[in-house]
Amino acid sequence: MLVPLSWLKDYVDIDITPQELEKKLFSCGFEVEELIEVGKEVSKVVVGLVEECDPIPETHLHVCKVNAGEHGTFQVCCGADNVCAGGKFPVALVGATVYMTAKDHKTVEGTMTIKKGKLRGYESEGMLCSGTELGVNDNMFPGGDYNGLLVLPEDAVVGTDVKPMLGLDDWIFDISITANRPDCQSILGIAREVAAVLNKELKMPALDYTETSVEKEGFRVTVDAQDLCPRYIGHYVYDVKIAESPLWMKRRLALVGQDAISNIVDITNYVMLEMGQPMHAFDYDYLEGNAIHVRRAGDGEKIVTLDSQEYELTSNNLVICDGVKPVALAGVMGGLNSEIRETTKEVVFESAKFARDNIRKTSRSLGKRTDASAKYEKGVDEFATIHAMKRALHLIEELNCGKVSCTHVDVNTGNSIEPKEMKVSIQRVNDVLGIEVPNEEILRIMKNLCFQPKIDGDELTLMVPAYREDMESYPDVAEEVIRMYGYEHVIPAFMPAAQVTMGGMTQKQKKELKLKRDLCALGAYECIHYSFFSPADLDLLRLPQDAPERTAIRLINPINEDLSLMRTTLAASMLNAIGRNQKKGNLEGRLYEIGKIFVPKELPLTDYPDERNRLCIGVFGDRESFFTLKGMAEKVAESLFVKFEYVPAKKTFLHPYQTAAILCNGVEIGYLGKVAYEVKNDLDLRTDAYLLEIDVRMIPGLYEAKTSFAPLSKFADEKRDLALVMDRSITCGQVEEIIRNSCKYIKGIKLFDVYEGEQIPKEKRSMAFNIHFVPQDEAFEAESVDNFVKKILKNLKNQLDIDLRS
Amino acid sequence: MNDRLSGIKQEILDGIDQLHNSKAAYEFRKQFMDNKTGKIGQLMKEMKNIAPEERANFGKGVNELKEWALQYFDELDAKMKAKEMEMRYESEKIDVTMPAAEEQTGNLHPITQTRNQIIDIFAGMGFEVFENKEIENDYYNFTALNTPKDHPARDMQDTFYLSPEYLLATQTSAAQIHAMETKELPIKILCPGKVFRSDDDATHSPMFHQMEGLVVDKKITLCDLKGMLDVFVKKIYGESTTTRLRPSYFPFTEPSVEVDVSCFECGGKGCKLCKGTGWIEILGGGIVNKKVLENCGIDSDKYSGLAFGIGIERTAMLKYGINNIKLLFESDLRVLEQVKDN
Repeated sequence: MLVPLSWLKDYVDIDITPQELEKKLFSCGFEVEELIEVGKEVSKVVVGLVEECDPIPETHLHVCKVNAGEHGTFQVCCGADNVCAGGKFPVALVGATVYMTAKDHKTVEGTMTIKKGKLRGYESEGMLCSGTELGVNDNMFPGGDYNGLLVLPEDAVVGTDVKPMLGLDDWIFDISITANRPDCQSILGIAREVAAVLNKELKMPALDYTETSVEKEGFRVTVDAQDLCPRYIGHYVYDVKIAESPLWMKRRLALVGQDAISNIVDITNYVMLEMGQPMHAFDYDYLEGNAIHVRRAGDGEKIVTLDSQEYELTSNNLVICDGVKPVALAGVMGGLNSEIRETTKEVVFESAKFARDNIRKTSRSLGKRTDASAKYEKGVDEFATIHAMKRALHLIEELNCGKVSCTHVDVNTGNSIEPKEMKVSIQRVNDVLGIEVPNEEILRIMKNLCFQPKIDGDELTLMVPAYREDMESYPDVAEEVIRMYGYEHVIPAFMPAAQVTMGGMTQKQKKELKLKRDLCALGAYECIHYSFFSPADLDLLRLPQDAPERTAIRLINPINEDLSLMRTTLAASMLNAIGRNQKKGNLEGRLYEIGKIFVPKELPLTDYPDERNRLCIGVFGDRESFFTLKGMAEKVAESLFVKFEYVPAKKTFLHPYQTAAILCNGVEIGYLGKVAYEVKNDLDLRTDAYLLEIDVRMIPGLYEAKTSFAPLSKFADEKRDLALVMDRSITCGQVEEIIRNSCKYIKGIKLFDVYEGEQIPKEKRSMAFNIHFVPQDEAFEAESVDNFVKKILKNLKNQLDIDLRS
Repeated sequence: MNDRLSGIKQEILDGIDQLHNSKAAYEFRKQFMDNKTGKIGQLMKEMKNIAPEERANFGKGVNELKEWALQYFDELDAKMKAKEMEMRYESEKIDVTMPAAEEQTGNLHPITQTRNQIIDIFAGMGFEVFENKEIENDYYNFTALNTPKDHPARDMQDTFYLSPEYLLATQTSAAQIHAMETKELPIKILCPGKVFRSDDDATHSPMFHQMEGLVVDKKITLCDLKGMLDVFVKKIYGESTTTRLRPSYFPFTEPSVEVDVSCFECGGKGCKLCKGTGWIEILGGGIVNKKVLENCGIDSDKYSGLAFGIGIERTAMLKYGINNIKLLFESDLRVLEQVKDN
């Protein structure tokens, strides 16, 4: 919010620099986002009296003798059409800075420094200036927009700085207001805080006015929707004379970026800025039926707002109507049909409180945000509603632009705007802070903030102003006290009264971190991807319409379609990450992510969905293969103290013959495989890629598994190599399973050679295994291992017709 | 006889010129030293043919020759082996400036690293880690945190909705409520988690990470918050770092504070990083709003609490000097390789 220093000074004496004030505001909770010096770009420009003014032949120029008082009298050449002897104009001295304009003399193109120069052979020691060159428009000073010299009043003192006269010696504070302080969305609101922090008195703006005995007969206000409009004040003003507002008002509006329009409209804007209460003025002539009627809009009802935009409304929108039709979109913008015109003679001023949530919804749904709606969304209090109307009526009188009738209608729900008593324990306040704030400081602070404090023993009694809707209990008082007393008084402590607690991660969290570190040790980098993904990602994976992954939770208001679904698989994000890396020239690498997928119980959600932790590994590059990734899978199993089994499987996005389902204790927990060539093409991958995804939570007994020690066997172990010949359709897994089931002493089976070729029959394959036998309670006898081998061979022959290679 | 002995000796001395490796030297040695077939070994066998009166002399001569030859051959062998070793080494000469064999080790994500560092610090103070949900409902994310439906603070966060009641968590603070509902007092928890806001530009990501801290116990004050965060910032940003509290507003804390740290780049003098102010905003916190305690059935007359929320991305970016938040979610190996766990 923009707050000009000059305006603030109306309500509080400020005797510190703007920079010091910025610090004070910051310390009590009002961050100044920018401190703007109004006339920063303009310097060394003074009032000059043109004593002589002679045309330079055959040009539009004049050569002038300019008296700049204490700065001397010198010659200046000037091209403006309104230069004349005897006139007073701003003169930029040599070394001055002003705005530089384009050829049109209106468009500002940076700044310039005035130097001595020569024009058509005439010396020129300075420059007579236009309003634009000083950053002044009509609203800041009369004639500011004129395409010629800015004419200064006759009583201007020659040689004095022009900046104060033009309103250029000001500062603007751009202050961010936190959501709990809607009462500070105004110059007056900020002035209250400044007065408190500077220990000064707050001077209220004048609110007095005289009502005439004139009454608008029959005028009535009805509010149908009091839940959305707890207070509506209307006041009838007549004998309106539409004119320009006075300079002081136009200048203030200009400083905060508001264009002056006409006295009546300017008053509503001025009061909103000053008091924080949005106001509206209706041309009474265009109100049919002598009435104001606040109601919900009908579905499909239309309104054209002041900016000539038409909106179709629903019953969620609140409208202000006359006896017949909508004349304003409540809290957002007035209607075009009842706007103030040059011909306006009678007006009804509106000062109302509307429910903030409703205004927010209307503003959002129509995409229409105004200064008024912004204020209503944050909250407007009824105190301001009443005071703003008084202020507006005062200004009607002050500007002499109308007469204040005695037709005043206040439709409300009976809310009081008197201060409410609140009692708190001083001990409780200090307990929140952890320090003892002296009672006299508490008194001083709360008095400065207009709470009329009294202390009796431990009891602090406050009268809470109606605009402080945020004040509810002792913590609120503690906050008021400490922000004014100063946070530097808070001394670091370490919970002297608290119990000792055990900290750290849970077993599950530790295990997850261990898994991550183990994967890093395999050369894989951890990634984090968005929890949402794109419908296009499901298509990338070529998932059929009935695939469970397609049952994804949809965001109602996604940023875009690519981020519109909650993930049901981590595969797509990983594939995209690999694609991005290859585009950047990273042609090999190992990535992994542990993240959640979201499985809804029903859609739309009425209960928490299942958030399931998944592990996804993606490897790519010429050095990778199905088996390098399988090696990583084995490491994952080892890290988690479990064993994985692999069976051939199919996935729509993986190679049909290089894909396996991963099983753990017979439960399918995931898959791994080579990325299908179609997917590879879609992503423009230059190398092959391999993908693994595991539903971590499905691993049985995951977080209970512990490491245990088996005593070393006292007896000698034995190893045997068996080269076996079998049908090519038989898998290594099948053979291993038969071997393993044939003997309980087998500790390990390792495939060490695979052969197909001339030395064995066609259609056959040889696999050679190294089998490790470890005795348990007693040593193997001379024949034991031979017998084990015999049994293994017998089982292999019987079950899969496998022979020992001869 | 002596001639024969000296002849053998000479033969040995002459023979070595043809020896080029230890194997040849061994074969040469065998010609003389082999007990059965060697020339010196055979001399010993001839002993019985020598006249008895010369035997002693002969024996002595043969023995002297044998000892000399043994020593000679041993030295020869050692010399040959040393030479051979030297040649082997030479033949294996490499260019040590050639690149190392790649032993790739991955890194934890910068967010995970930072998260772990924060957890380590607070775990030492007795905080346990509490799991967070990414999908929350309106009650836990807003209402229970003192942000009812019409509250303007809802505007501070652009929420992604999934259904009228369910949404993506906009803050890890929702975990406070779950913790207070399910855990025994006193509570000291940290809740790291993913949070979501409808913001997507150079400095905002629609998904980011927060770390919520919550203490509920007897007589918890603003001073405790300050004390705890002082320790935290010193551990994260360096021992000379100090904190500054300033008033702010969050619906779920009262009083609420914004916590700034003295700029660790310039030490508070003012620089680009701190935008000339000497301070960097790093987290928000405050005293748990008594309404929030009461919403969770905790007696606010007996217990009080403090809470704080740390932006993990911000912490990581400040700590590692990462200049764009988007880099954290693009999985570019050139980025991930740089940020080593320490």
